[in-house]
Amino acid sequence: MADLTGYRFTASHEWVDGGSRVGITDYAQQQLGDVIFLELPEVGRTLSAGERFGVIESVKAASDLYAPVGGRVVEVNDKLVDAPEKVNSDPYGEGWLMRLEDVDETGAELVELDAYDALTAGH
Amino acid sequence: MAQRTPLYDRHVALGASMVDFAGYEMPIQYSSMRDEHTAVRQRAGIFDLSHMGEVRIGGAEPVAAVQRLVTNDLDRIGEGHAQYTGMCRDDGGIIDDLIVYRGVDECYIVVNASRRSVDVAWMRAHLRDGATLEDTSDATALIAVQGPLAVSVVAPLVSGVDVAALRPFSFAWGASLAGVGGVVVSRTGYTGEDGVELYVDAAGAPAVWDALMEAGRSVSMLPCGLGARDTLRLEAGLRLYGQDMDETVDPFSAGLGWVVRLDKPGGFAGSDALRHIKETGAPRRFVGLRMGGRAIARHGMPVFSGDAQVGEVTSGTFSFTLGCGIATASLRSDVEADAPLQVEIRGTRADAERVPLPFYKRPSTERSEPAWPT
Repeated sequence: MADLTGYRFTASHEWVDGGSRVGITDYAQQQLGDVIFLELPEVGRTLSAGERFGVIESVKAASDLYAPVGGRVVEVNDKLVDAPEKVNSDPYGEGWLMRLEDVDETGAELVELDAYDALTAGH
Repeated sequence: MAQRTPLYDRHVALGASMVDFAGYEMPIQYSSMRDEHTAVRQRAGIFDLSHMGEVRIGGAEPVAAVQRLVTNDLDRIGEGHAQYTGMCRDDGGIIDDLIVYRGVDECYIVVNASRRSVDVAWMRAHLRDGATLEDTSDATALIAVQGPLAVSVVAPLVSGVDVAALRPFSFAWGASLAGVGGVVVSRTGYTGEDGVELYVDAAGAPAVWDALMEAGRSVSMLPCGLGARDTLRLEAGLRLYGQDMDETVDPFSAGLGWVVRLDKPGGFAGSDALRHIKETGAPRRFVGLRMGGRAIARHGMPVFSGDAQVGEVTSGTFSFTLGCGIATASLRSDVEADAPLQVEIRGTRADAERVPLPFYKRPSTERSEPAWPT
């Protein structure tokens, strides 16, 4: 199990860590199945919390991605273009999606790991 | 409440994700669709297909009775062989696509789970006098083992039938394995690979499944869900009823003209309408598309040529074997063969190259005997 100290989570199954990197949770990747395609935002775009920032597509279905916090996109994980399966194999590490700066938590609805686990338990 | 197959407990114990499919709680994947797909292409995979429907036609002249119901010609195959076929309404619309097994005094028809009640009602209403129909679906489990090593997994377990000697699309009854008798073994499948399908009495299904799982260990066989089944069948260019066709689609428009035998003596349900469609030209053409990017074209997405919408995607997925998106589409028949095509995916046009079906054909295997005397 990955060390999730400093990670916070959304009900729509994204995470943001202490360095303002953003990704999707292990539960989300399990539900999606094999990820094959990602549409990620342009670097420089400013997002607000809860805004749709991209699409993640698995063999099963395409799903929208929502920003857990607001901020300016300073980096996207280009390695996922050729290796989207990293989202499945390492959702909290190499499968990160983007990194934000100038973070704005206005309107953000984040929960700690315990609460997130409780949210997904039994599903 | 969804129905469960006799193997439901096995799927849960294996950690499968279960979904409702045609009224059954079925495994969609156990581990990963990619791993399951690859296992079937390279080694072997095992599937529970017990949701499929089985209908027995017996009584007087069962072959003649089935001939009146289906579009293909059973006289092109002999006893002990299976045939892919369609069943059509009087106006030529496809009620279902089927596999017919020609036995000695009976025929077995395998139908899609989602169409079982419609099929059975239609068959009863159009059955010749003297023929009988029995829906044996609930008493029958179906287990498929597919892949280049499938026969090597199954054959050593079976007594009463020489599985390795069965030719493609032939079958034999009276097999036993894992202490379960009365098993029908068929060299058929829905994956584009060599393989075997086993029709087993529902009560015996868990024992047969367990024995096959144990025997499959030596080749790292994986249990495979409906997800991998779909990516495998689409790569192989095989149709899925409800997506690629329905009652509003005729077999020619679905690219299934090869299973319509208008020269079959005596005609069949829909034959007059199908003859007319063939003479005047089918309204649609069924084509394969290879997508430029990795985005998946999915059922119902519009297909464009220039500014004009010329059709819709019927099925689409990511091909694990080819490493790109693939799809089938129903196009207006006036679309030129070399017309540039695009699929609109979430508001964006993605280039699509028209390619022949199937997308994937298995490498031809060494024949164990010459095809003809040399």
